[in-house]
Amino acid sequence: MKCTFSVLTQNAPGVLMRVSSLFYRRNHNIESLSVSQTDTVGVSRFTIMIDADEWAHDQVEKQLAKLVEVISVENLTHRGSFIQRCFSLIKVRATMETRPHIFQIADVFRCRVVDMGSDALTLEITGNEGKIRACVEALQAYGIIEMAGSGSVALGRSENVPGYLEQESQATYSHMVRA
Amino acid sequence: MELTGAQIVVKSLEDEGVETIFGLPGGTVIPLYDALYDSSIQHVLVRHEQAAAHAADGFSRVGDGVGVCVATSGPGATNLVTGIATAYRDSSPMVAITGQVATDSIGTDAFQEAHMLGISLPVVKHSMQARRADDIPRLIRDAFFIASTGRPGPVVLDLPTNVQKAFGEYRRPVDSGKNGAPSEYPGYCAIREDLTRLDEAAKLIRGAERPVLIAGNGINLSRAFEPLRVFAEGLEMPVAASLLGKGAIRNDHPNFIGMMGMHGGAAANRAITAADLIVAVGARFSDRSIGKSEEFARSARVIHIDIDDAEIHKNVGADVWLIGDAGKVLNTLAEAASGHDSLSRRAWMEKILTMREPAVRDASDAMRPRRILDALDEVTKGEVIVTTEVGQHQMWAAQFHKTLHPRRFVTSGGLGTMGFGIPAAMGAHFARPDLPVVCVAGDGSAMMNIQELDTYARYDMPIKVLLFDNACLGMVRQWQQIFYNERYSNTLFARRPDFVKIAEGMGVTAFSVESPQKIKSAIERAVETPGPVLVHFPIPQSENVFPMVPAGEALSNMIL
Repeated sequence: MKCTFSVLTQNAPGVLMRVSSLFYRRNHNIESLSVSQTDTVGVSRFTIMIDADEWAHDQVEKQLAKLVEVISVENLTHRGSFIQRCFSLIKVRATMETRPHIFQIADVFRCRVVDMGSDALTLEITGNEGKIRACVEALQAYGIIEMAGSGSVALGRSENVPGYLEQESQATYSHMVRA
Repeated sequence: MELTGAQIVVKSLEDEGVETIFGLPGGTVIPLYDALYDSSIQHVLVRHEQAAAHAADGFSRVGDGVGVCVATSGPGATNLVTGIATAYRDSSPMVAITGQVATDSIGTDAFQEAHMLGISLPVVKHSMQARRADDIPRLIRDAFFIASTGRPGPVVLDLPTNVQKAFGEYRRPVDSGKNGAPSEYPGYCAIREDLTRLDEAAKLIRGAERPVLIAGNGINLSRAFEPLRVFAEGLEMPVAASLLGKGAIRNDHPNFIGMMGMHGGAAANRAITAADLIVAVGARFSDRSIGKSEEFARSARVIHIDIDDAEIHKNVGADVWLIGDAGKVLNTLAEAASGHDSLSRRAWMEKILTMREPAVRDASDAMRPRRILDALDEVTKGEVIVTTEVGQHQMWAAQFHKTLHPRRFVTSGGLGTMGFGIPAAMGAHFARPDLPVVCVAGDGSAMMNIQELDTYARYDMPIKVLLFDNACLGMVRQWQQIFYNERYSNTLFARRPDFVKIAEGMGVTAFSVESPQKIKSAIERAVETPGPVLVHFPIPQSENVFPMVPAGEALSNMIL
């Protein structure tokens, strides 16, 4: 079963390695991982998806929480209600004849055209995994030249405020960043 | 005060109360060693960095401080790794200081450069690198705090050589974090506690007719001996111990039913199999302790008490769990769970006594391991620290040596590191110089860090090595005999090294014991001889460790 974790960490050197190597060491495969800084200075958010049985979800959550630089771990799948998005760039072959069809598909999937050459178009698409997969399938008939995609990023929906926000709603973590 | 980074390291270690460290210098730590030259800290110069790590580990396991080891960059640092991993797997606090090439050389494949932070990553509780001399006091404070709180473990501090040479301001760090933490690690929780299921646990304990308490290393780490004894006596619970839980309760205590697991006693394994309640305290249900997990204590409910909530449901599912410091939880739980049926508990205890393996009548005239260990107990009256190497002799020591005090049986459990015992004994000696230290070793393991006999001699450490020499890698040989049709592939040594000469060559008094009648007098002689002594016991190669639960089988399935 797939499971998505949202992990806040101190933005310290090597923290990506600590987080990712934990999955390797504990014999779990990462399906998707993305990291970025957050609005709070010194804090990064990891969104990590794994495909494993439920026992592993529990283990991963607790093992992650033990890492010294991890601030909080939330199992979004367990929580139930969250928003998840992936981003992809798709370069697809587009002749004069096929171009209108591709525009039509782009329209259906709310893609933006971000680059246009004489024989190819590059589309930008945002959505959940399923939408991106469907779009790729639709474009495949025209010939996808290359594609790049981000890992999935996710946030819990706003009706329940996670614990760390309640405790430290106004906190900045800038003091944690040491030169 | 302006000091060099190296001087700041030494000053910070002194502030942490460090009196003894173990290490071996090299190119990138010459500044640090120069600073040590002016310090009151005693540096024990070992012969191999791995030994420094095991010694620091042994120091932590026996004493109250955090063991410290030092190595240079590159090979020095990588030589520490086995020792760090050993400490990690047995939750032993340690601070490992490694030299590193200068910061502007990192990544250039400089001479003796190794990416120690990366190499050690999966076997440390935490690791850090000093980038500026000013950061050092804070980093060292953090390292000691993280290593010794919560579930303890090793912390690596990587020190680039230019940072050691740079000048910086020495300021004693002020603890600014929560829960007494030195720094703001907003996610680091020194003590996790969750006692929400206390009433449930108390009810299960009150209602149990056949409970078994399993004492793990957590009892030693939390120094929860009194709470455990009071709990076991008050609630009339039999206590089994994991290998690392040995010594958590006096081994001659009437409630102690023995070690559990692959080479555990029949009484402990049978009692666990028949139990209706398991209360595991600071034990992680390792595969060597529980056998086949699906078959483990099948008729029992399980209460799991641990400071690390990741251990709950990891290897054995728990019905009820309590998170927190072992001593504190036991105290709270003992009070909540009072009111048991004393009659049924006594009947259960009586029954467990009948589960013991039949006493073996030993009429042979052989140098049997048990005789050596019995003689050790007789001569020392149990007032001794025992360290072991890893293998058959380790299991014999665990089975037959009666540990009477906590934190005096020092052995590598989780990682099972051959080469641990001889150096760990050095750490044990420096942690408790008032107590005799005996290292029970096998010939296979002893050869892995035999060079430290020289360190014994240079520092005149009164450590006594009892060497069980069966001229083979005995534990593997035993498996080959039982499970591999006696095909002894690469386990039997074609010749015996002359251990007496080796020891004597390194300045250690040594003698060989040729007849079983002379075992006791030999140990007496060793104990009475000042300084380090190696006693060589040639034992029969055919000696096996029993009881034995074959790997992956149920605890009830013992070869007696």
